[in-house]
Amino acid sequence: MKMVIVAGTPGSGKTAVLIHALRNLKQRSLNSAVVKIDCLFTDDGKKFEKIGIPTKVGLAMDMCPDHFAIYNIEDMIDWADENNSEYLIVETAGLCHRCAPYTVNSLGVCVIDATSGPNTPLKVGPFLSTADIAVVTKGDMISQAEREIFRERILEVNPHCKVIEANGLSGQGCIELAEEIVKSPEVSLDEEKLRHSAPLAVCTLCVGETKVNKKYHRGILRRIDGFQTYEGE
Amino acid sequence: MIIDTITIIGGYNKKGEKEPVEKIDINRGEIFGVVGATGSGKSSLIGDIEQLSQTDTFSKRKILVNGEEPSYEDRTNPRKKMVAQLSQNMNFLADMSVGDFLSLHAKCRGASDKCVNAVIKLANTLTGEPIRKDHELTILSGGQSRALMVADVAIISDSPIVLIDEIENAGIRKHDALKVLSGHGKVVMVVTHDPVLALMTDRRVVMKNGGMDKVVATSEAEKSLSKKLNKIDEFMLSLRDKVRHGEVIEDVEMGDIGL
Repeated sequence: MKMVIVAGTPGSGKTAVLIHALRNLKQRSLNSAVVKIDCLFTDDGKKFEKIGIPTKVGLAMDMCPDHFAIYNIEDMIDWADENNSEYLIVETAGLCHRCAPYTVNSLGVCVIDATSGPNTPLKVGPFLSTADIAVVTKGDMISQAEREIFRERILEVNPHCKVIEANGLSGQGCIELAEEIVKSPEVSLDEEKLRHSAPLAVCTLCVGETKVNKKYHRGILRRIDGFQTYEGE
Repeated sequence: MIIDTITIIGGYNKKGEKEPVEKIDINRGEIFGVVGATGSGKSSLIGDIEQLSQTDTFSKRKILVNGEEPSYEDRTNPRKKMVAQLSQNMNFLADMSVGDFLSLHAKCRGASDKCVNAVIKLANTLTGEPIRKDHELTILSGGQSRALMVADVAIISDSPIVLIDEIENAGIRKHDALKVLSGHGKVVMVVTHDPVLALMTDRRVVMKNGGMDKVVATSEAEKSLSKKLNKIDEFMLSLRDKVRHGEVIEDVEMGDIGL
């Protein structure tokens, strides 16, 4: 089983780019299966089904969607196996830019929107810096100079990644991505590890506290001045 | 890298039919026009060439350089890039100063930092209000940013293939801009609606329904007409400058244009 984990900000074009890349795999008689993770709602699943790819939707609801994705990886791999798929593609919801849901042997793909400004690559965290591939979308909406600066900024954050300029509408660049998917290594679940730890998320808010004042909060807490503390028993 | 020819191998138009023009070879030193109604696919053709497409876009066109497929590295690494494009999209999403933007771009292209002042100097010969190094990109006018991009393409992205998308919409001196961009021994492609520019080219491809419909060579008659149109254009420009500078225009004898 080969596993591709696709992260990226909402609206960056993850689904559009994947549709083109997976269609290419299908044309080459390579079977893939997609799990789309989202928070409350998504109809992206239908788009994958339309091109004839087995699709499963997972809604994280109250759980952090990236934690949800990681926690369910075993089930997803089993499900892909049942569908005789050689490639499992996990499309994450991509929200806080802090989680990097890539495991060591998966192909980590970060989809990033070029119109979000040249500082974006510096703002996003491990989901870009630990990716194998950075797919830059919407490059046709800005000038060549801006595109080149954007690419340079990505390489500053992650000098080892491969940058693919893709267009989710025309499909340009997506064959290149399909090629990388085919070349990716096999995953062996028993020893699979995350590339980067998920952020700390143990506080009263995590278990449903709604009051805002500081005195109501317990757990691992970080103040705006950077001071981190543990409050509680 | 010296580029002798680029070859466009036709794909499909918007209706999914094969393009009438199957193949175009454009040679070094040639200025090639792209004409056609709005929405006919001019910008997509230019886009295909900028990406050196390998049947991976809507049109399924394939672009060869010196008769060969360019490598992925050649297609994407800005330091090796053989195409400089002046597009209609001058968004300057960047929240930075002119000087910072240019030195960042110079770094991407592996060009010297000294380019920055040269770019600003050249840009200021093309536009009315001067651009300063410490100006924020976002406050530049349409004409100023266009002029800046022309100068950027000419100096920083100095590449053997130059693509120009509708230079006339900008309020800059288009002939000077074209001269600056079409340096010696380059392959130049110009998308245009303007007969003055279209007739300055050696050949032009006519776009229709997203496909390359036919290639027209500029005739002798067109070339001599082009010279006349140029004079009219220069006349219009001189009038425009006078109006801009608050002068009152006296009645002009049309014979003075010297057609």
